[in-house]
Amino acid sequence: MIIDPVLLTVSLVVAATPILLAAIGELVVERAGVLNLGVEGMMIVGAITGFATAVQTGSPVLGFVAAAAGGAALSLVFAGLTQGLLSNQVATGLALTLFGIGFSALIGQSYSGVRPPSIGGPLFGPLAGLPVIGPVLFGYDWVVYLALLLVLGTGLFLARTRAGLILRAVGENAEAAHALGYPVVRVRTLAIAFGGACAGLGGGYLSLVRVPQWTDGMTAGAGWIALAIVVFASWRPGRALFGAWLFGGISVLQLRLQAAGIAIPAQYLAMAPYLATILALVILSWKGGRGLAPAALGKPFHAAR
Amino acid sequence: MIRLERRPQPSRGWVIATPVLAVIATMIAGGLLFAVLGKNPVEAIRTIFWDPLFGDYASYSRPQLLVKAGPLILIAIGLSFGFRAQIWNIGAEGQYMVGALAGAAVGLAAYPTESPLIFPAMVVAGALGGFVWAMIPALLKIRFGTSEILVSLMLVYVAQQLLSAAAFGFLRNPEGMGFPGSRNFGDYPAAHNPELVAGTGLHWGGIAAVLAVIVAQVVFSRFLFGFQIRVAGEAPRAARFAGVRPGAMTLACLGISGALAGLAGIFEVTGPSGQITTEFASGYGFTAIIVAFLGRLNPVGILLAGLLMALTYIGGEIAQLMLSLPSAAIQAFQGMLLFFLLAFDVLANFRVRLGRKVAA
Amino acid sequence: MRDGQVTGETPLLAIRGLTKAYPGVVANADVSFRIAPGEVHALLGENGAGKSTLVKAIYGLVKPDAGEMRMLGAPYAPADPRAARAAGVAMVFQHFSLFEALTVAENVALGMEDPPKPRDLARRIAEVSRAYGLPLDPARLVGDLSAGERQRVEIVRCLLQDPKLLIMDEPTSVLTPQEVEILFATLRQLSAEGTAILYISHKLEEIRALCDGATILRRGKVVGACTPREVSAREMAEMMVGQTLTPPERGQPAMAEGEPALEVAGLSVASPIPFGTALKDIRFTVAAGEVLGIAGVAGNGQDELLLALSGELATAPAMIRAAGRDVGALGPNARRRLGFVSAPEERLGHAAVPAMSLVENALLSGAIRRGLVRMGLIDWKKTRAFAEEVIADYDVRTPGPGAAARSLSGGNLQKFVVGRELAQGPKVILINQPTWGVDAAAAAAIRQVILNRAAEGAAVVVISQDLDELLEISDRFAALNGGRMTSPRPVKGLTMDEIGMMMGGAHGMGAAAPEAGGIAHPQVTRA
Repeated sequence: MIIDPVLLTVSLVVAATPILLAAIGELVVERAGVLNLGVEGMMIVGAITGFATAVQTGSPVLGFVAAAAGGAALSLVFAGLTQGLLSNQVATGLALTLFGIGFSALIGQSYSGVRPPSIGGPLFGPLAGLPVIGPVLFGYDWVVYLALLLVLGTGLFLARTRAGLILRAVGENAEAAHALGYPVVRVRTLAIAFGGACAGLGGGYLSLVRVPQWTDGMTAGAGWIALAIVVFASWRPGRALFGAWLFGGISVLQLRLQAAGIAIPAQYLAMAPYLATILALVILSWKGGRGLAPAALGKPFHAAR
Repeated sequence: MIRLERRPQPSRGWVIATPVLAVIATMIAGGLLFAVLGKNPVEAIRTIFWDPLFGDYASYSRPQLLVKAGPLILIAIGLSFGFRAQIWNIGAEGQYMVGALAGAAVGLAAYPTESPLIFPAMVVAGALGGFVWAMIPALLKIRFGTSEILVSLMLVYVAQQLLSAAAFGFLRNPEGMGFPGSRNFGDYPAAHNPELVAGTGLHWGGIAAVLAVIVAQVVFSRFLFGFQIRVAGEAPRAARFAGVRPGAMTLACLGISGALAGLAGIFEVTGPSGQITTEFASGYGFTAIIVAFLGRLNPVGILLAGLLMALTYIGGEIAQLMLSLPSAAIQAFQGMLLFFLLAFDVLANFRVRLGRKVAA
Repeated sequence: MRDGQVTGETPLLAIRGLTKAYPGVVANADVSFRIAPGEVHALLGENGAGKSTLVKAIYGLVKPDAGEMRMLGAPYAPADPRAARAAGVAMVFQHFSLFEALTVAENVALGMEDPPKPRDLARRIAEVSRAYGLPLDPARLVGDLSAGERQRVEIVRCLLQDPKLLIMDEPTSVLTPQEVEILFATLRQLSAEGTAILYISHKLEEIRALCDGATILRRGKVVGACTPREVSAREMAEMMVGQTLTPPERGQPAMAEGEPALEVAGLSVASPIPFGTALKDIRFTVAAGEVLGIAGVAGNGQDELLLALSGELATAPAMIRAAGRDVGALGPNARRRLGFVSAPEERLGHAAVPAMSLVENALLSGAIRRGLVRMGLIDWKKTRAFAEEVIADYDVRTPGPGAAARSLSGGNLQKFVVGRELAQGPKVILINQPTWGVDAAAAAAIRQVILNRAAEGAAVVVISQDLDELLEISDRFAALNGGRMTSPRPVKGLTMDEIGMMMGGAHGMGAAAPEAGGIAHPQVTRA
């Protein structure tokens, strides 16, 4: 096979970044006991707000800010409905996705075929020239490193800080957290907004770097895969990184195989990432991993008395 | 301060009123959205909700209502079985595609034989195709505890590739001069699903949808099975107490919704669509989720909601032609409708109290 | 003039005219009482008397509509529990406010305003638990602890804040008699150090043993105050209930020679509940006409045992036998056909569907034995009649059979659920916590019907945490402990000490000082 492992690694990390960003955000949301199935919708809204802003201003940085803001804005709709009006989380998440896909296509109409401004070369430019470890360790743009920092930061936040402890407590037993005087709804709303911002960043990375252009429905299930990765990761940030890379590897590999003109029709290769996701879910659930889910996941909380 | 107070039992009046309120609110918000896009909001709303039925081209668009509502209702009725039991099949779009593929494959295998058995066999194969596709998330959930939400959704993307593979490969029309797409069932009478009454748009799919509404209504209101579905959704532990086996419930609900989605697929591919193409899937499976919720998971409600959603589809197409309103606008519009519905739902289960009592 | 000067010292907490109403019910009406520093003060009342609302107001979880509270003479109106904690009020909840997936140390930290660094916190937990004889391992997951140990976590969490007032809501309902003694020793030590304790309970003997003063609530109002050591339990009970009580009577003494109606042999099964308790080699038989009482601290396998007996949890076929055949693998409905009825502990969500009407809830378990379904079709008329029958026969207070289950008060729903099962001509009755949350008169009525069914020939298994109840209605007595069951013994002649040992004595007392050898390690294990 003529597939260069260094090149494969580099493109794997890039391919994994949007999903990793979305997954790390959703992981925090779920640790707070909320199931937001609207990741796909928030991602695609982030993709278009980021894209449009970057094109209009010429600044990719502003684009990413707008992507995060777009995702967060949509997530706040979810927060208002599920936390304020106690709507069903599954249905509301689906609504978010359906709305996001339509809404993004609406804004995106005038941006088809436009090229976004370049995000620039590797962050550690000179080091990227080293053989093998250069591209593998230093060959990425700043967003890739930001995503890795977010994984690290989220891990430390959840495990080491008091705020992280409170967030986990809210996700385990909202009634008890309320009885101890913690503001359940506020904690969850903040977590949801963080999740939305991360999903938006992930979408922005898709439209500004990975593809890079705008097409309708371009997330193509990336948000759903991010949701699956959270389960696969047993709600642990480090494992989410592993899951995202695994998924990135499979999707890059299948693209390479397509390009290499292998005898299998392209459509069957294109199924691989989705089938792999199902397989990953099965393997994890098989080992009883679902027992690790936050105990209050998806349950609405209403301070009745 | 706004406080929510749980009602001792859900308010019947609000359960019926909220969908109506949601539609009105969506019209207002949608009008604002259109105004932002630089369109005349009143004209846009009229084009979407009024013109398809009574406008200048109504004689063309009116039959489309049944064409579009049929699959939406059929799929949404199936989904309502699962949703009532809190089993979330959101991959109906995939089951719809696989149902169409399975049915079409049977028909194309028989080509050009003429027999009255061919169409019924295709219908059975279509239902079976959707059923089998839905069994994948069902069995994985029962055996391994995997989320049926994620698995059924992933399978939509897999089905999309399968559809594409069929259109380019194993079902491609050998006389199609290399273009992707299968033979057209319109040219194959034994496999064709024709318009039954000229000018109405009614085909076998519409009949199946009405039958599904009636059967679902009876099952939900009179049969123990319907009662058990509701118990399973309301209180899973109480369902086990009542002797409901969760695994069997998952199989039944996913199986029914898959089979009905598959039926919708086969009626579509043999009728309005005519052939397997890469563009065959048009989002009915996802829109049906909105229809199911808008109809409050109630069969009659779903019937009405399906007609309404079909109306917005057609209205959207007309608006696209007349006002050059982007086609995506209608999708955003439908998503908004679901938002408002969920938001107003709170009124059915809670009393909203303004202000707070002053502590003396 | 301030209240405190009446008794010559400033009370730690003085409550005057406190009122709190919810839609349709006044939880507290013009409640006044005082607690002195270092006093152990009992708040006594039946379920629904308004005790919980009152302490929630003191702990800042509920805002009173009217009335005032003073702490050491200064106005006290906590906006939230944090403010209450800052003012020196700490609370141990009846249903613990703990997080199963977090460690003991994390749970303690969550209950503190300014928790020290993890390492210091672990040390302080160890110190406090040693000082008060409450051994705890800070690194363990709370989900793996027994009920008694969990309560210790809550108490230690409170003590680390040096509270002036410690509120304890029904603390002994989850403890063995031996553990109750340990708790009381701790509370007396605290009281001697000057911490006031507000002790909520409906168990009169405990209050007489522990408390310096008592305020008695009925239907939200203060109906009396007393010094518990100076009055009899009966006097207090009548103040609390507002009427004289008659204990239930048995028509016939138990038929010891009756045929075994239910045989359990070597029942071992993993728990389907997260952090649940696996059942280990349980064996007993119950004769027709006999009542077997099963005691045990919550979380020792009671839920699992009921699930296994009722068929919600399948076991190997021969582990459970009834009517001369193996039934272990049969589901709930197949067992109902053989004459089983069961009432699980959790009413809303398990024994009844909250949002469904009483008619629909009658169908839930009555479909088979009352013939409410034919060929899959529901006979709604007959179902409604069945619901009406239960409502009338068991004095269920409700606007009608169309009311949703969740609109009923806890006691009324319990009457409906128990009535629904007992009205099915049962041969085997399985019931967990038959009178939980029901007032004394209704509890007596429920116990009477259970005994009547037994007299008619049903075999009865009652699981309860209320020892008095079990001793009153059982012929034989057994206890669950860590998923194992003691062999049943006749109730006559059992002493409280023996019962306590059957229930496992004091759990996990060795955890903080393993080198001391202590009593056996907790038996609660993960499935």
